[in-house]
Amino acid sequence: MLENRRLLRVLRRTVVQAVPTILGIIVLNFLLLKLAPGDAADVMAGEFGAATEETMVMLRQRFGLDVPVLQQLLAYLGNLAQFSLGQSPRYGMPVSELIGQRLPSTLMLMGMALAIALGIGIALGTAMALTAGRWPDRVLSVVSLIFYSVPGFWIGLMLIVLFSVKLGWLPSGGQETIGAGLTGIDYVLDRLKHMILPATSLALFYVAIYGRLTRAAVLEVASQDYVRTAAAKGLPPLAVTLRHIVRNALLPVTTLAGIHLGGILGGAVVVETVYSWPGLGRLAFESVMRRDFNVLLGVLLLSSFLVIIANTLVDLLHAWLDPRVEVR
Amino acid sequence: MSKAPLLDVSGLTIAFPGGTPVADFGFRVAAGETVAVVGESGSGKSLTALAIMRLLPRTARIATGTVRFQGRDLFALPEPEMRKVRGREIAMIFQEPMTSLNPVLTVGKQIAEVLRLHEGLSAESARKRAIELLDLVRVADPHRRVDDFPHRLSGGMRQRVMIAMAVACTPKLLIADEPTTALDVTIQAQVLDLLESLRRDLGMALMLITHDLGIVGQWADRVVVMYAGRGAEEAEAAALLGDPLHPYTRGLLAASPRLDASLHYTAGTLREIPGSISSAIGEPGCPFVPRCPLAQPSCRTAPPPLMPVRPGRLLACPPVAATLEPIDAAAVGR
Amino acid sequence: MTTTTTTEVIASSSGSWRAVRAFFRNPAAVLATAFLVFVTIVALTAPLIYPEDPLSMVARPFLWPGQNPKFLLGSDSLGRDVAAGLVWGSRISLVIGIAAMALGVTIGIVVGATAGYFGGRIDDALVRLVEIFQTTPSFLMLVVLVAIAEPRVESITVGIALVTWPTIARLVRAEFRSLREKDFVTAARGLGYGHLRIIFIEILPNALPPIIVTSSVIVASAILMESALSFMGLGDPNRISWGSMIGASRETLRTAWYLTAIPGIAIVLTVLALNMIGDALNDALNPRLSGER
Repeated sequence: MLENRRLLRVLRRTVVQAVPTILGIIVLNFLLLKLAPGDAADVMAGEFGAATEETMVMLRQRFGLDVPVLQQLLAYLGNLAQFSLGQSPRYGMPVSELIGQRLPSTLMLMGMALAIALGIGIALGTAMALTAGRWPDRVLSVVSLIFYSVPGFWIGLMLIVLFSVKLGWLPSGGQETIGAGLTGIDYVLDRLKHMILPATSLALFYVAIYGRLTRAAVLEVASQDYVRTAAAKGLPPLAVTLRHIVRNALLPVTTLAGIHLGGILGGAVVVETVYSWPGLGRLAFESVMRRDFNVLLGVLLLSSFLVIIANTLVDLLHAWLDPRVEVR
Repeated sequence: MSKAPLLDVSGLTIAFPGGTPVADFGFRVAAGETVAVVGESGSGKSLTALAIMRLLPRTARIATGTVRFQGRDLFALPEPEMRKVRGREIAMIFQEPMTSLNPVLTVGKQIAEVLRLHEGLSAESARKRAIELLDLVRVADPHRRVDDFPHRLSGGMRQRVMIAMAVACTPKLLIADEPTTALDVTIQAQVLDLLESLRRDLGMALMLITHDLGIVGQWADRVVVMYAGRGAEEAEAAALLGDPLHPYTRGLLAASPRLDASLHYTAGTLREIPGSISSAIGEPGCPFVPRCPLAQPSCRTAPPPLMPVRPGRLLACPPVAATLEPIDAAAVGR
Repeated sequence: MTTTTTTEVIASSSGSWRAVRAFFRNPAAVLATAFLVFVTIVALTAPLIYPEDPLSMVARPFLWPGQNPKFLLGSDSLGRDVAAGLVWGSRISLVIGIAAMALGVTIGIVVGATAGYFGGRIDDALVRLVEIFQTTPSFLMLVVLVAIAEPRVESITVGIALVTWPTIARLVRAEFRSLREKDFVTAARGLGYGHLRIIFIEILPNALPPIIVTSSVIVASAILMESALSFMGLGDPNRISWGSMIGASRETLRTAWYLTAIPGIAIVLTVLALNMIGDALNDALNPRLSGER
């Protein structure tokens, strides 16, 4: 009861703080995209060959590109207020529908990558801290530093070479075997198989980040008095480590997991390109190339929104894990 | 000879890469007795306690010595056996109640943890027992407090929780490392009273580590004075306070205000012992020589051992011992 | 009053010597520095080593490394010398890495120092701005920025700086908030020094250690971002870069994977060296935080 009220207060604070940030993001992104030379009409005209002045004017009129920027912004905000992200001139369909098609793939990829990064990172970091200064720590530290230095797209390509070209174990792209007509558990396994390589490529960098962070946090917590108390109770080392050290060391790690979510989303743009993964990242890249700014703006807003939601969840998780968190 | 003591520490030397903060130290605790180990910070009291529990930091090494508990050599026990001693037969409470409890677990869970571990209680009965224990250590409203997180409790309350955790399995020996140093004076006496009554009711022995001679007279049966990792003097509490023999003990008494007005309360000014304990580093003889008003050339050759000087009384100061009447060795009867 | 300030300066300069010595006692740091010096020399002397345009066709396509001693690292699908590409590509990586870091750190210091030193409304507004930038996934933002401004070395550099500065700004703001309360700052205020002088002469030198550490990591991440952009075809089309070499070799990944592997290894080694230097700087500048206790 008391606990739930506390969490609700934390939630309210986070949401209230997010509102001006969201507004700022909308305005900033909108103006940024208006700075761009050329618009969808230009690109379309270019693609269809020579276009007369009249066709251009007509195209711009249809997409609402012929009015002053401020008016366009107000129109866009008005649309947003009705939960509409506008139309894509390019695909000829509502932006929200386009995004809705791609979002689940990206969310799945990110979720899997985050799970890998947190799972392996925390285990790695704990192992490093518990052997601090000795050889397992040194070896794992070098490994995590290498993970930290490898470009995701390159490791993605190298994994394809090894696991699909040479060994033939895993597919090299796409998110399912097209036309296989799989159902049930076979379908799930097929999807998982397609996800392993991209998720791993995306996760490695964050494995390193969470690993290094966990190492520092565990070392910090291990020297706390309450760890000595736990040992004085006669608890075995594993129980001391899991119940008393790792549980507390997770607090800073969860906070940072949220901060890096935006980074994972950004990384998805590259990894989706490598693995022909039909997600948001590729949609964003395609719409940049085609100057389809309504779609691009939609993707930018949605990803910021995802980051904010994730941060809110992390705040709640943090408050739940750490009873000392109170609303200031 | 009387029967074997509950705890017998002898010849204990703890070595760090940078030195030996505890050297050739020994003392005994009988069942049900309260022994105060007194010394200033840096004298090695806490390290001795951690060595008994085998919880020394990794950089420390036990160079020599034995710790016998109920006749068993604790240093020879395999680690899993030692874990059964910790928390069940010997329990420990620490100086800092603010940081000694895990901030993310409720106090009830932390008390229950030790019960489930050593007594195999179910979660439910451990919780019931935790409430009883909170009541036992005089925490008001234990039914509600059991679900509180440590940060909601005051320092005194947290120390009571620590005590509840320590006595949960009715240990034979409770080591209290400066249990009241971090607390307000008014709460200090309450906590010490609590420890004393628990000791009586549960039949525990208590090893009370303190730098405060003021609390020794009221709560300890016997006192061991430690200086720079060595024993300086050992005596019944009243005898030591009434007639301190070692120059360090005398200095310590002159430097401490008395809580207990009945014993030698002097309104005179407090004196400090000149110099600091760090002067003992690298001293080949008696570690107290650099600060000692009675130092003689012979004191500088080798550290003096604790020798019986009166019945029940040990002293590590040959110059003072020489001024006392010689005693019949048989009458000492340790 | 002035003595306080002078002793601070003296203390910090002797401290920095100790840090330099500690840094060079670390074998990993020495190795990493040596490697970066090597890469820098290669980058500077590229026109001497391979005077020809690295984008020109000089050999039979798809020579594997070692196949022809004239082209040690082989040739790509268009018969371009991989080794020449590697040497010339190092210039792009280093130039963009360092320039983007310099620009990003400058913006970050200005914003962070202003927010941290003045506090109040200015602080609130700048914190909000930083938050807006940090809420947008930075690589996505970078792709948009570069695509809008046309991919060129300059626009890529500015783009990377624009998505990097918030990190530095947060760091500098935190440092300034704690340092502005220190005695030597109060003393400088008492002497009537202007804000600019206090910010840049009094406080900034004391806030430098964490900025230096982060800067080396930012060079590393800037190189990673540049390579990812070039890989996606958003690099400067007139210059060869490690990322664009990988991008160009994607089509032939199945048959000629060495074309992907070699430039990738160059990226990994360079970035690894920078990160190792970052770690070593961190250890050297904060001795108490590193390793085990």
